[in-house]
Amino acid sequence: ISNHEVFIYAILRSPSIHEFPERRPKQCTVVLPTESMKAMAESIGVGQLQEESCAALSEEVSYRIKEIAQDALKFMHHGKRRKLTTSDIDHALKLKNVEPLYGFQSQEFIPFRFASGGGRELHFYEEKEVDLSDIINTPLPRVPLDVSLKAHWLSIEGVQPAIPENPPPAPKEQQKAESTEPLKVVKPGQEEEGSIQKGQGAISAEAKGKKEGLMRMKPRSTHELSVEQQLYYKEITEACVGSCEAKRAEALQSIATDPGLYQMLPRFSTFISEGVRVNVVQNNLALLIYLMRMVKALMDNPTLYLEKYLHELIPAVVTCIVSKQLCLRPDVDNHWALRDFAARLMAQSCKTFSTTTNNIQSRITKTFTKSWLDEKTQWTTRYGCIAGLSELGPDVIKTLILPRLTVEGARIKAVSEGPVVSNIDKIGADHVQSLLLKHCASVIAKTRPLPDNMEQYRADYGYLGPTLCSHVVKARAQAALQAQQVNRTTLTITQPRPTLTVSQSGIGGSGGSRSPSIIKVPSSLTLMSTRPGTPTQPSPPATKYIVMATSAGASSTQQVLDGSLVITLSSSSGSSVTSTVASATSTLQPLVKLESRAASGLGGSRPLQKYIVVSLPTSASSSLESKSGMLPPSSSSTSPISLEAGMKMDHTGCVPNGTLLPI
Amino acid sequence: MAAVQDGQLNLEVEKDIKTEITNDGSGNINANSSSPGSTSSGGKSKSPAGSGEDQQTLLAVLQFLKRNKLTESVDILRREAGLSADADDSPVSESAGAGSGGVPSVGADGGDANSLLSRVSIATPVAPPDCGLDSHGGLATPIYFHSSNNCACTVVAASGGEDQPDVNVVLSAYSQQGDPVLYPLYYNGLKKFIESVLDCHRAELSQVFYPLFVHMYLELVYNNHENEAKQFFEKFSGDQECYYEEDLRILSSMSKKEHMKGNETMLDFRTSKFVLRISRDSYQLLKRHLQERQNNQIWNIIQEHLYIDIFDGMPRSKSQIDAMSGSLAGEGKRDANKAKVFYGLLKEPEIEVPLDDEDEEAENEEGKPKKKKPKKDSMGSKSKKQDPNAPQQTRIPLPELKDSDKLDKIMNMKEATKKIRLGPDNLPSICFYSFLNAYQGLTAVDFTDDSSLIAGGFADSTVRVWSVTPKKLRRVKSAADLSNIDKESDDVLERIMDEKTASESKILYGHSGPVYGISFSPDRNYLLSSSEDGTVRLWSLQTFTCLVGYKGHNYPVWDTQFSPYGYYFISGGHDRVARLWATDHYQPLRMFAGHLADITCTLFHPNSNYVATGSADRTIRLWDVLTGNCVRILTGHKGPIHSLAFSPNGKFMASGATDGRVLLWDAFDDVELDDFTAATGHIHLPENSQELLLGTYMTKSTPVIHLHFTRRNLLLAAGAYNP
Repeated sequence: ISNHEVFIYAILRSPSIHEFPERRPKQCTVVLPTESMKAMAESIGVGQLQEESCAALSEEVSYRIKEIAQDALKFMHHGKRRKLTTSDIDHALKLKNVEPLYGFQSQEFIPFRFASGGGRELHFYEEKEVDLSDIINTPLPRVPLDVSLKAHWLSIEGVQPAIPENPPPAPKEQQKAESTEPLKVVKPGQEEEGSIQKGQGAISAEAKGKKEGLMRMKPRSTHELSVEQQLYYKEITEACVGSCEAKRAEALQSIATDPGLYQMLPRFSTFISEGVRVNVVQNNLALLIYLMRMVKALMDNPTLYLEKYLHELIPAVVTCIVSKQLCLRPDVDNHWALRDFAARLMAQSCKTFSTTTNNIQSRITKTFTKSWLDEKTQWTTRYGCIAGLSELGPDVIKTLILPRLTVEGARIKAVSEGPVVSNIDKIGADHVQSLLLKHCASVIAKTRPLPDNMEQYRADYGYLGPTLCSHVVKARAQAALQAQQVNRTTLTITQPRPTLTVSQSGIGGSGGSRSPSIIKVPSSLTLMSTRPGTPTQPSPPATKYIVMATSAGASSTQQVLDGSLVITLSSSSGSSVTSTVASATSTLQPLVKLESRAASGLGGSRPLQKYIVVSLPTSASSSLESKSGMLPPSSSSTSPISLEAGMKMDHTGCVPNGTLLPI
Repeated sequence: MAAVQDGQLNLEVEKDIKTEITNDGSGNINANSSSPGSTSSGGKSKSPAGSGEDQQTLLAVLQFLKRNKLTESVDILRREAGLSADADDSPVSESAGAGSGGVPSVGADGGDANSLLSRVSIATPVAPPDCGLDSHGGLATPIYFHSSNNCACTVVAASGGEDQPDVNVVLSAYSQQGDPVLYPLYYNGLKKFIESVLDCHRAELSQVFYPLFVHMYLELVYNNHENEAKQFFEKFSGDQECYYEEDLRILSSMSKKEHMKGNETMLDFRTSKFVLRISRDSYQLLKRHLQERQNNQIWNIIQEHLYIDIFDGMPRSKSQIDAMSGSLAGEGKRDANKAKVFYGLLKEPEIEVPLDDEDEEAENEEGKPKKKKPKKDSMGSKSKKQDPNAPQQTRIPLPELKDSDKLDKIMNMKEATKKIRLGPDNLPSICFYSFLNAYQGLTAVDFTDDSSLIAGGFADSTVRVWSVTPKKLRRVKSAADLSNIDKESDDVLERIMDEKTASESKILYGHSGPVYGISFSPDRNYLLSSSEDGTVRLWSLQTFTCLVGYKGHNYPVWDTQFSPYGYYFISGGHDRVARLWATDHYQPLRMFAGHLADITCTLFHPNSNYVATGSADRTIRLWDVLTGNCVRILTGHKGPIHSLAFSPNGKFMASGATDGRVLLWDAFDDVELDDFTAATGHIHLPENSQELLLGTYMTKSTPVIHLHFTRRNLLLAAGAYNP
């Protein structure tokens, strides 16, 4: 037996065993497969092992491993953790007077690789050979921050204050549930009740549901704001539309991050809606921009769910896109950037909130198309419609914009080559042209087969054909350049870090795309978080992030980007190195934040404008797009309230002449 | 008829052994064995399955007689049975070779075995054929047991001297063995019986299931019936109470005899008797059943491994039992909880400090603004009345109060006058201290009583101390600098501090493993920390260095705590022993042994005369510091206990465990008289304890590790932010 034991401990210390205690066996009778024994025996130099001894060993080893795992659990509990770490196992081994296994000091998981072949399956620990010069040349990882102590009020006389340190009073999921399924409102305290109701018999469920629905038609919610909240509201709204840019930045930051704004949301949305209504009439471009930035900040707040307030926000946003006149001097002021910005907001809210019941996207698309098709539409509105449509994605561009390029080209030609009607028209036509070229070029570059023939383009797209052709050629060239750069800008970070900040100066290129698509992740590579979904999956070396970024060059006329990009990849898992509590986002999908500093010419005199574009995975939204494109307008809405909201939406459609219809 | 006489002869032998081995159950066995003897004349039919058994029985009897040099009897028996000498010798030698206690193997059938079976079968008593159990549980079984038991003891004692003799002896009790195939039948029979008894007895008798199950399984494993053990486990493990799940998992992983040697949990199960409390009526019922059914296998386990605490009175209900059960070794014995506990508080010392002095010094010491408030004599009058439940002031020697302690007491009183009265309508404010960038490494937190310092123990072996008041942490100057100080000056205490070292936090290095327990001394001069490296360290908060490393626990020390009067401290860890230390002794003053698994938390009673320890064996024990005795065993938790707290008046205790429950104990009064069915020890709250919940305050992503009420009743909480 003693021989056996020596051997077992030898096996235990061979690295390949180490993976097993990591996973908690669901069944108690799990025994290691005998093949593992053979593999382990081979790894320590025992060539031939009898089948019987394998079986005996595997039982013994399984038992010992379970024992160690049980001890390791003790250390986990006393370490006040829920995750077993390698150090727990080391300590458990130490209890048994076995030397711990050194070299497995991974914070999150052990990067075991899986391989199979020749009828055998193996898990192994990949130890790559690393070139010393690579290590020397890699910039040092950031020094982990020291432990620090921070105090906040968790509760004041029994009431939890809504400060960033505390969780939001009403989680986003609950807000979403409230707005999409108002009949199933479940407040935190009422969960038990809800589950009991669910458990009721199916026969009475329907009748009961109806009754409940009648009774809870209008879910009670408090709309009274505390004194502090009123003060806050006053301060924030004043700062947002005030003259001090620093204050405004602070206020917007607060709106975008503060978790306690849920109750103030109705006020904010009314403020924005009213503000747009008034300022459109007065052609106050600056204020409109400020209000749109508030919308942006509200949408960025991870704790808010805006669905309930879209009937106020969407008309305001759409007004800023398509309004006939947004500023006092249309020939000088850059109202085009506002339209672009609002169009992007619109696209974002479509992606986030469009469902089969409210059909936001299809209705917005219809609104835009209708006014675009109208012959009498002005160039400004026309520009807004096209911008709004093209932000909705390449599919929309392909189906709605490309077919109309010829017509639009003719119109532009009429203005630019015909008799000079007015300067304003000419500027409008110019902007529409560059907008069309920019958006269409990238789509065509992706979809159209290669030979870029100038004449062919003219035949297909009319007046705009030749210019479009040259843009497409440029776009293709840039794509090729990017493909090359993938190889060059491979960045290897030796130590897996949950948060990675890469600063890279932009590479000049044409077709200044400001849309989120400027971060392109090649399809063959996956940006993965440091924790794989399941431990059994073969995990590609997680230490490698490949980030490829091309920034917009300062080529387009309307938008001036200074070419510096800050890309922040943050994964939801793991311990963040950042020190601020507020910076942690609780989103589930990896979030790519693009902070670009754009010196916008809006309003002429204003300093740098800073905004954040969050690009969300596009797969979900594109499927939504296609769905909403095919489905008829909502007629099968399930809940009275959302139906009502939908009708409101219809009423408050935007007319492109620059004013909002009252609700 | 000669065979029957032989049987009686055997019976007499058996009686002798019985009286030797069993103490109170012997009478039952005799009655038990005689009754089937009388029925044997009537029953002539014999099931074939039992014949093998009978043959073995006979062989075993022969073997026993041989061993006891009763050669005559051997000859007689052999003649009567017609058994050849080699027929009995071969299985015996075989079994001796196996070392499992000299038990004949089941499948042994000699050439003439079949022929003699028919003859033996006439002689052996036959039980009523209605039950499957009975055909096997014949008269001969007890003899069989005890003979083999004897053999086992000798054999194993002889062979078990290699490395762990005591373990072997302990385990050898399992070598008594029945037919492994019959174990499920035995168990099932009992199950059927208990299910069929009156409702009032069923809950009580159901307690027997779990220990029986464990012991039967262990017996099977010990005797190398691996497959039978597995089947037995699969068949009946589902019936056990859900709170035994953790133990069952450990149990199921043991499928070999070798595994039992090293496994401490099961060793404990073996060495300490599982304690059950059963009313006399229920017990009689069980006893009668087992005797009627000749179910000696089970009866034996009950005799050997269970301690049945019989009481007179109404049988307990299921909820009453559930409130008490769940620990590794059953409930606490009744007499274990009889001792008187002096839970009252000690008399507050009379503090005779002149008014002016006090305020002046308070100002110097604490830097607090002077308050010319006429001092109340309330504290003096309050402490004049001696609490009848309090121990004598000098029951254990306590350190004398220093001047600084007195000052602190005065501060405490002043603060207490500003205390906010809390209640359901007046909830406390909570200040939360988040440890940022702790990387999940925060393992322990403690606040000083005056809430001026926070200490954190970390998985990276460091201890860090923060000051949460504007007063920074300063070190005492080095010896050379100290000699230059004017010792006569009034502010000498200020002068000895080195301003250059002032900082908000200090790191203490010294441990070589995660720090699991941490405790400030009441005078804020010292800090204790216990670690995975098996030591408890005493740190000075004047010099911020380690003063003593207390070695004694060789395994991780999970928790440590200072006495509320200082000087003494308690530590407990993986070695299952709690140790009481004094800071000026490098060896423990008391060792409290008795827990069956890791001691996970330790706590001093407010009067410092008692120590409570919570353990992974799911019990809480209260120890007397003076005598070192265990004065209370509190059972009822269904998971390892991880936190303990005494009420400030010392009368109640609260405990929290991984079963997700908090139990409130009122077990120090001598409430448990004869009718203890009414008192379960802990205060039984109505099912819906939601009403007691006054508020829930979520943190963002911060597990709460420590809670502390300040002197003014502000609640402080601490934890590591865990993004």
